Amino acid sequence: MPCEATRLRFPPCPTARTPFPLVPCAGGPGRRHLPRVGARMTLAAGCCQAESGPRCGGLRQRRPRRPAGEPSRPSPLPRAWAPLEAPVGVWVPLAFVTLLSFASRFYRLSEPPHVCWDETHFGKMGSYYINRTFFFDVHPPLGKVNSSHQMLIGLAGYLSGYNGTFPFQKPGDRYEHHNYIGMRGFCAFLGSCLVPFAYLTVLEMSKSLYAALLAASILIFDTGCITLSQYILLDPILMFFLMGAVLSMVKCNSCADRPFSASWWFWLSLTGINLAGAIGVKFVGLFVVLLVGLNTVYDLWELLGDLSLSLVTLGKHLLARVFCLILLPLALYTAQFAVHFAVLNKSGPGDGFFSSAFQSRLIGNNLHNVSVPEQNDREAKGNCKSSDMPLPSSADLAYGSVITMKNLRMAGGYLHSHWHLYPEGVGARQQQVTAYLHKDLNNLWVIKKHDSNTADHLDPSYSVEFVRHGDVIRLEHKETSRNLHSHQHEAPMTRKHFQVTGYGINGTGDANDFWRIEVVGRKAGKRIKVLRSQIRLTHLATGCILGSSGKTLPKWGWEQVEVTCTPYVKETPNALWNVEDHINPKLPNISLDVLKPSFPEVLLESHMVMIRGNSGLKPKENEVTSKPWHWPINYQGLRFSGVNETDYRVYLLGNPVVWWLNLVTIGLYLLMATCAIVAMKRGVQLTAEFKELSEVLLHSGGKIMLGWLLHYLPFFMMGRVLYFHHYFPAMLFSSMLTGITWDTLLKFCAGRLSCSMGRRVYTYGTLALMLLIVYSFYLFHPLSYGMVGPMASDPNSPMAGLRWLESWEF
Amino acid sequence: MLGFLKQPVVVTAEINVNLVALTVMGLVNRLWALSYPRAVVFDEVYYGQFVSLYMKRIFFVDDSGPPFGHMLLAFGGYLGGFDGNFLWNRIGAEYNMNVPIWSLRLLPALTGALCVPLAYQILVELHFSHCAAFGAALLILFENSLITQSRLMLLESVLIFFILLAILSYLKFYNLQKCSPFTAGWWFWLLLTGVACSCAVGVKYMGLFTYMLLLAIAGVHSWHLIGDQTLSNVSVLCHLLARGLALVVVPVAMYLFFFYVHLTLLYRSGPHDQIMTSAFQASLEGGLARITHGQPLEVAYGSQITLRNVLGKPMPCWLHSHKSTYPIRYENGRGSSHQQQVTCYPFKDVNNWWIVKDPGMQQLVVSNPPRPVRHGHIVQLVHGITTRYLNTHDVAAPLSPHSQEISCYIDYNISMPAQNLWRVEIVNRELDTDVWKTILSEVRFVHVNTSAVLKLSGASLPEWGYRQLEIIGEKLSKGYHQSMLWNVEEHRYGKSQEQKEREVELHSPTQADISKNLSFMARFTELQWKILTLKNEDTEHKYSSSPLDWITMDTNIAYWFHPISGAQIHLIGNVLTWASANVATLVYVCLFLWYLLRRRRKICDIPEDAWRLWVSAGGFCVGGWAVNYLPFFMMEKTLFLYHYLPALTFQILLIPVVLQHLTDHLCRSQLPKNAFSALMVAWFSSIYLVYRTFSPLTYGEPTLSAAELRALRWKDSWDILIRKH
Repeated sequence: MPCEATRLRFPPCPTARTPFPLVPCAGGPGRRHLPRVGARMTLAAGCCQAESGPRCGGLRQRRPRRPAGEPSRPSPLPRAWAPLEAPVGVWVPLAFVTLLSFASRFYRLSEPPHVCWDETHFGKMGSYYINRTFFFDVHPPLGKVNSSHQMLIGLAGYLSGYNGTFPFQKPGDRYEHHNYIGMRGFCAFLGSCLVPFAYLTVLEMSKSLYAALLAASILIFDTGCITLSQYILLDPILMFFLMGAVLSMVKCNSCADRPFSASWWFWLSLTGINLAGAIGVKFVGLFVVLLVGLNTVYDLWELLGDLSLSLVTLGKHLLARVFCLILLPLALYTAQFAVHFAVLNKSGPGDGFFSSAFQSRLIGNNLHNVSVPEQNDREAKGNCKSSDMPLPSSADLAYGSVITMKNLRMAGGYLHSHWHLYPEGVGARQQQVTAYLHKDLNNLWVIKKHDSNTADHLDPSYSVEFVRHGDVIRLEHKETSRNLHSHQHEAPMTRKHFQVTGYGINGTGDANDFWRIEVVGRKAGKRIKVLRSQIRLTHLATGCILGSSGKTLPKWGWEQVEVTCTPYVKETPNALWNVEDHINPKLPNISLDVLKPSFPEVLLESHMVMIRGNSGLKPKENEVTSKPWHWPINYQGLRFSGVNETDYRVYLLGNPVVWWLNLVTIGLYLLMATCAIVAMKRGVQLTAEFKELSEVLLHSGGKIMLGWLLHYLPFFMMGRVLYFHHYFPAMLFSSMLTGITWDTLLKFCAGRLSCSMGRRVYTYGTLALMLLIVYSFYLFHPLSYGMVGPMASDPNSPMAGLRWLESWEF
Repeated sequence: MLGFLKQPVVVTAEINVNLVALTVMGLVNRLWALSYPRAVVFDEVYYGQFVSLYMKRIFFVDDSGPPFGHMLLAFGGYLGGFDGNFLWNRIGAEYNMNVPIWSLRLLPALTGALCVPLAYQILVELHFSHCAAFGAALLILFENSLITQSRLMLLESVLIFFILLAILSYLKFYNLQKCSPFTAGWWFWLLLTGVACSCAVGVKYMGLFTYMLLLAIAGVHSWHLIGDQTLSNVSVLCHLLARGLALVVVPVAMYLFFFYVHLTLLYRSGPHDQIMTSAFQASLEGGLARITHGQPLEVAYGSQITLRNVLGKPMPCWLHSHKSTYPIRYENGRGSSHQQQVTCYPFKDVNNWWIVKDPGMQQLVVSNPPRPVRHGHIVQLVHGITTRYLNTHDVAAPLSPHSQEISCYIDYNISMPAQNLWRVEIVNRELDTDVWKTILSEVRFVHVNTSAVLKLSGASLPEWGYRQLEIIGEKLSKGYHQSMLWNVEEHRYGKSQEQKEREVELHSPTQADISKNLSFMARFTELQWKILTLKNEDTEHKYSSSPLDWITMDTNIAYWFHPISGAQIHLIGNVLTWASANVATLVYVCLFLWYLLRRRRKICDIPEDAWRLWVSAGGFCVGGWAVNYLPFFMMEKTLFLYHYLPALTFQILLIPVVLQHLTDHLCRSQLPKNAFSALMVAWFSSIYLVYRTFSPLTYGEPTLSAAELRALRWKDSWDILIRKH
């Protein structure tokens, strides 16, 4: 009997071209589903009603009629239900899952009342914001971070009355009287929003309530998601924006039949806004940008093939997307940085990573906000007054001064040396010279004439003599009294260059210590300006130029940056330096104003520094690190808090049942999708509802699958230190895929059976999955909500039976 | 029967003179004065070592790639009767008379020469005109960089040959597909595709890129096949299975076969033994096998053992202790237990010997019959020479303050009790038996009191620790890392009760009798894993370059320099060809996008057939270029200009494709066509001129004067060696 097969055509999809022409986008899911959710509800509530109806035999024959779906509305009874049922049918579950989600995330939020895991970083940065101190750190979570998250955390802390005084020293520190709930609550709030987002996304994609409920329940009852949302971390914020972007992208796709309507514009720009948020939090947000980008390209390609659209319309489509998905996020992203720099205007621990110009923006830095002495202005203007006669000031570089030299590369360091020698086999075994990003006493050098010894300059009877463009000088390291030296040995990392060392004793070295100092774009004989002059140091004997290659030295060089002497004469910032500090007791201490960097320069520089910091996070040798292949199989968790039996322990681990279900589903999905696609390609005659199912499977499922791949695969190529929590964005996609796939599978099975059997299989199948998830959550909930007592490896522990893998340590 | 009596036997030979001429020209051009210079040129110094080792049958590990390429070079040496006696130590060293340099260089040169006719054939199979095909072959013929690379004992030309062969045979196969599937020719070309692919991968891992490309193209074609509803399901399945067999199963089998030959040929122990596990070493003749030959298999209470760390990074080492103690205070002010140091020592030493002791008994000898140690047993480890117990306690390790210090316990009579019980956990124990076995078992030592795990931290101690490697007790042991695993390497049953006798016994070599034969698969897996994970500390080379420099050829490599005459060989390409290839790629991509967008709007600029040709040519040429070039941007290893040559070959093949397309479809009238042809002639002549100009740097002769050399420095970034007088 053909009727059973067609009975379970849950969401009647009118045409392939415009899948849901009846849908008014503006009204949200409630209104959208008026006609068909009603029908589905009918079916879910009472299949028999439909069965007994007169339509029983004819659905398949009616297929050609479907594009004009309206005229053949179902019988009056379902239609009368529709306005009542639909909003209830969609909104009630939504409200329910939202409630559950909030309840699960906010339950025991204040426990444990001490700093957990990375809270130490992010909380600290929140404090920095409140105190408006500039910072930069190369530690894992900080190197990669952008501004907005910290601002958000800072803002949340500020609003909730946190005063920014808690030091966030190390995990395990007690918060005492400090108000941390505000910040945690903020993260938990965002984390809770993920569930309704996922629910709406799946509903929109599959048009199936059960699929949406399944996806939502997976996320609600996943211990990993709960744990990750409960602390002051970046991940809830990132995932919030990520899911927001996906949801608005899906909504926008649904509005494709009504382009340029208000709702279309709304969702499109909302996508852009969310994208800006996502990359603003972590660079991992770039993956979702990629997902949206690919989706947009696909959209445009489809539009291009639609010959009914004129080129002008196509242009409008293109421009709209460029505006909403490129320009708008870019503007917002830039704005975040503007706020970031505006808020952080005090000098802090991160100064040394940035150029002298950058530092001059920061209050409290010795380069900040100083006035320009008149005589220098005059000289700079190059008027007829002889340059031999300017008033002495520390604005000009003088012999005998103690100086620091900063490389002009982005995130270039200070010229540095220390007592350690180059190891055996790396050039000559002389003292190391490196570039170092932090301010340090070992960055100090004394500038001397090449042919005079130490005493001259310090003797007060001698008058100050200034260094001029083209002079031959010697740079003596202040701490170790060795001269900056180079010779024809290979540099340690850049083999094409020469090695730079510290040589000599108490300033007495050899002819390889002589350097010619030159200023870019200047004539001979002119003085050299502190900060403003771009200096090049040419080695006299070999003709090479002092530069920093930007490569990190191995352990023996304390992972500082390599300094070399390059024989290739190129005008790159790598080979240019400026004098930053200039200390000379005989000169009046006037600082110089550097040309303040423009905002784009500041933006570019801070990005370079962040990228560099991020790529510098290599795992150490013999260190056990988390591998990407561990993640989907839930191989190993992360210890958030507590080590010993008496501690309050929180362990970040996904609900194993959920995760393994997700893992199996990916295989299942691939299998089903392959079957569907091959069947279609072979031209197998499918019934209408199978076509619809495979449509959902291939299009909606394909997008989600793509999202999963984009958020997972790139980690295999990353050289940096990876952590378990990096998988959670991918896990969101995986959960949504699980919802869609199982729903499709059950529908498919149901479609094969008789009507009542099919309905039962479908309902009970979904129910069984949900119960399984809830029960596993009941088993594993102590992972998130805290455990006290013996470790699970101890057979007496209540959790002992749950340690299904030996690698779990709770 | 006997039909030849009635009708004469007629052999009709069809000789493509083009092809023959091209092959001859290629051979002349590549083989001319092949044994000049009689000196080690550039990477010959690297490949030469392996050839020598092959000749001597000594085992080695080369992390640069699989063994097939080395084997081919060694085959050349074998044919030339090379005995392997040459010290490959520096570029420029003169070869002795016993090095058959001509035959060593012959194979790369032959494959390089055969690339010329292959290029011709490929374009013909892509359905382009013979004129275009001839042009492509000429461009390959006059490409200086390809000539340089194929005239020396290097692997790139072999790799390029196999890549082109794979492409050609796939194209032949695909063209046969339409008319005569499942014929002998069809099978031949299909199988040849798989074989050529596996050879390419076997020569260098770079071949994987082209293999992937071919798989992708074959995938697309199969997809069309699935959509072809005139074929029955069964025949579609047969088609798919045939492809799966030829393009997946055959290459994998071939790849395994290379390793099989490799491991069969090299059976003697050699310089790279240390990298491999003890079990692997024991399977080689000489080396460790001589020591471990005849050891008792099962470790028993009273056994004297040396313990090797399984990880072997940063270097292979053995658990070690010596008389010296930890300094009371470290440089950074932290204190230590001041007990006897325990380290990991990368050399064989009598201090590497430990004795397994039963905590419940005093004796240090093996009882009769021996009581074997099993998984989960608690033991004490006694250092053989000093008879102190391996101990750990809640004191921070010298360089890893988060872990526990490991020491040999000295009783200072202070409130620090000995904690010297260790639980033996055999990680790779078999199901049926859990006995601790020599060499085979990988063991974790878990401290009973603190559950810390004995681990190699990878840091090396400062002066006071004699720069040996640090051993720590890892408290929060996450998972199983190889740095926590140990295996027994040397082993004997202890017999001496007295310390003095025992010392003598420890100094004497081990003996007894067991033999181990690892299966081929076990040896293959280990060697493959080592090849993939072995990291050379080699950071940067003088002539290394970044992929961006390659497109414009901003860099060159000086291969060889005669110290007296100043003759030199450089890897420098034909500038004009490189530039034209770049232009062709750009034109192709632009035109392709233009056509694609217009076709989507149902505007067809070119006929359907021409479009299909255009797409398939682009798929192979631009695709080949992209897959062989773009991945280098993500690689962190040291890169050289010669890595670009496979990509360049594909790019060169694209030039005639674009040119023919332009003449056919964009020059509509006769006049521009004539002008175009004239332009072509001029262009080809200039390519030949550039080839002639740079040929002294390609062939290394004639010697050029300083002024001439300076004139050849067309780009400032080129590093041409000019002698200062």
